[in-house]
Amino acid sequence: MNVKRFGEMVGRFARSASVAAGLVCAVLGRAGTAVAGDRSPNTSNGYNLPMGVTDISHEIYDLHMLVFWICVGIAVVVFGAMIFSLLKFRKSQGAVADTSMVHSTKVEIVWTTIPVIILVFMAVPAAETILKMEDTRNSELSIRVTGYQWKWQYQYMNDAEGINYFSTLAQDSNFARQLHSGIDPKSVPNYLLSVDKPMVVPSGTKVRLLLTSMDVIHAWWIPDFGAKRDAIPGFINELWFKVTPGKEGIYRGQCAALCGRDHGFMPIVVDVRTPDDFKKWVEEQKAALNPAVVPAAAPAAPAVAPEPVKTARLN
Amino acid sequence: MANAHPIAHDDHHDQPAPGIGRWLFATNHKDIGTMYLVFSLIMFFVGGAMAMVIRAELFQPGLQLVDPVLFNQMTTNHALVMIFGAVMPAFVGLANWMVPLQIGAPDMALPRMNNFSFWLLPFAFTILLSTFFVPGGAIAGGWTMYPPLVLQSGDAFPMLIFAVHLMGISSIMGAINVIVTIMNMRTPGMTLLKMPIFCWAWLITAYLLIAVMPVLAGAVTMLLMDHFFKTSFFNAAGGGDPLMFEHVFWFFGHPEVYIMILPAFGIVSEIIPTFSRKPLFGATSMIYATASIGFLSFIVWGHHMFADGMPMAAQLFFMMSTMLIAVPTGVKVFNWTATMWRGSLSFEPPMLFAIGFLFMFTIGGFSGVMLAIVPADFQYQNSYFVVAHFHYVLVPGAVFAIMGAVYYWIPKWTGNMYNVTLAKTHFWLSTIFVNVLFFPQHFLGLAGMPRRVPDYAVQFSDWNMVSSIGGFGFGLVQILFAVAVIQCIRGGKKASAEVWDGARPVGLEWSIPSPAPYHSFTTPPELHPAEVHRS
Repeated sequence: MNVKRFGEMVGRFARSASVAAGLVCAVLGRAGTAVAGDRSPNTSNGYNLPMGVTDISHEIYDLHMLVFWICVGIAVVVFGAMIFSLLKFRKSQGAVADTSMVHSTKVEIVWTTIPVIILVFMAVPAAETILKMEDTRNSELSIRVTGYQWKWQYQYMNDAEGINYFSTLAQDSNFARQLHSGIDPKSVPNYLLSVDKPMVVPSGTKVRLLLTSMDVIHAWWIPDFGAKRDAIPGFINELWFKVTPGKEGIYRGQCAALCGRDHGFMPIVVDVRTPDDFKKWVEEQKAALNPAVVPAAAPAAPAVAPEPVKTARLN
Repeated sequence: MANAHPIAHDDHHDQPAPGIGRWLFATNHKDIGTMYLVFSLIMFFVGGAMAMVIRAELFQPGLQLVDPVLFNQMTTNHALVMIFGAVMPAFVGLANWMVPLQIGAPDMALPRMNNFSFWLLPFAFTILLSTFFVPGGAIAGGWTMYPPLVLQSGDAFPMLIFAVHLMGISSIMGAINVIVTIMNMRTPGMTLLKMPIFCWAWLITAYLLIAVMPVLAGAVTMLLMDHFFKTSFFNAAGGGDPLMFEHVFWFFGHPEVYIMILPAFGIVSEIIPTFSRKPLFGATSMIYATASIGFLSFIVWGHHMFADGMPMAAQLFFMMSTMLIAVPTGVKVFNWTATMWRGSLSFEPPMLFAIGFLFMFTIGGFSGVMLAIVPADFQYQNSYFVVAHFHYVLVPGAVFAIMGAVYYWIPKWTGNMYNVTLAKTHFWLSTIFVNVLFFPQHFLGLAGMPRRVPDYAVQFSDWNMVSSIGGFGFGLVQILFAVAVIQCIRGGKKASAEVWDGARPVGLEWSIPSPAPYHSFTTPPELHPAEVHRS
């Protein structure tokens, strides 16, 4: 089969599949659902991975789609052969078995070799992305993330040194999620995905997280960043992300490792701001930490001052 | 052939013992096989009931029915019961029934150990399930038993460890029995390469069991020591390493996955040729493929732990070794397809289940390849995508194969043909509902829903509702299976010795009458070329 025709076939299949998916969604997204149209808490369309807002999340999405379409291609061939056999070689339609067909070294070598080649095509780009994901050098802001049952602690380093707070499930979600609460989750904005105090980070900046835990294993996950890593007691894991400038906003995720009773109720919210806004936020936080210090003023009396504010590196 | 192995009446051992003693002191491989299968069916419904609680709570957002702790107990025990109580005992039961019949042996090699290995299981599961009534409640930290979380359990903790030990001992003894039987008791002339493919699959599975069940036993013993004897194997504060548990656990856990699928491969390799009226294509390469999967299963455990923080070299190694598994697995799928190619297919219930297996296991295989891609795995890991993946390989994979095996061989066991219409209805409804149940879970996972949560953001409502409807449907439909089996035991149209007369059943098991006499092959049968799977 020539490649162009195969491409057309895949395209046609994709179109009809998306039409079918659209129909299903239209049926499901019926009137009365408070979230009509909004089928995912992130940039996902509700049935596929989110594209996300970092270069890495884009690369992951592309890899995912590459492997998905390769699988679809193989499925068309393999399922096609199976369905053809099921239709064509029926005893009820007089098919007679060819009992001499028991073995063919040639064919078996072919269908062992071709998958190996296909796998290499998947492995090479995947390995390239792994190299990038694991490169945590030259980060511009580090935040220590500590998991607790069932909340997150964010301790800022570098220029934001001293900012240190906990982030827990927002009150309205917490009321609504109690057994027999009588509160309709659909009436709660960002049900289970909002916190009292989100992590705040600047866009266009390589942010490195240092993850650990004070009790059991947790996992920090923001699908839109393509970022997930376990927080393990006694270990410090590293993770980095860099949100594309212009993509400032609120991004939501959840703990991704079973951590006990309220595992489902320790969301992660990241508020991505422009570097300037982030700088302002840092000043505000520091002022709140030490009311004696006027925002943006020179460091006050050394005896009570937090670490000097170094803003130079936060461009 | 039919009268070559008459039942002897001159010895009281040749008849089943009367009353309960027949089962308590059973040494007959058929009785023990039956007990394993009945036990497995009961556990399938127990674990299924837990799954119904899970799907009922997830039917809509908000907590309506159960507390999060009870929800976590349900997910944890659903997994333990289904893996160790339903799937594994079902395969051991099938091995007990079919290995001696397929190799022409009078019984398993070690009948008393066989009895012991079965009777450990009811005790193990009584202990496990009674944890629901002890202070602190049942285990709620996931079937993977990761510390430190599992150490927060109450009185259930030592009971879990003891139950796991019992299950492990039972599995190891079952595996030893299979190996010793196959290695020593094949009828003259049946070389290893002439042995039926189901026996081959089980032989490799038995070696995997012997290799990894002691590893699990070691892991849980270290947990026990950490909890009660102040050791620090996994306690970071004492210089230990919580990640080490995950490594040890998955060194057991990944081969365990294949322990639950290789016998299914064997079953499907028996059923498809029969109803294609054609020998299994590339039978020898099937054996090599199974052995390669068995070997590879020992060097891929790290793919369960990509998000745990792993050196880059380890990520690359585990990604590539995992992808390699697709090659022998692909060979198997291609060979099954080639077996049907230019065959003469008919669609009796066992064949329907085998074809269902073929399609839906392959879907699970595709998502498996996707999961191997490390960068993408960071998004999939611990999401509902993973739940969809392993349920596709385990439910329409392993469980469909088990049901196919029962529909294939039960006329030989009972001497009766079951209600074929009922069995076909069971198949079609199961197939529809299993896809309604698990396919939307791919979407949920990709859209960002984590697994093991009792409640979720409202954006995930619709697919969860669809999945729950599929779950209730699938659960209800399994009652048809129980009905078909019970009816078949009680009576029905008599089955011939060959059972599938119009098809092409191959193997020694079809040379004895139906029902199989209580003692069969008391003298080794002659192996006719027609009873060998490959030429």
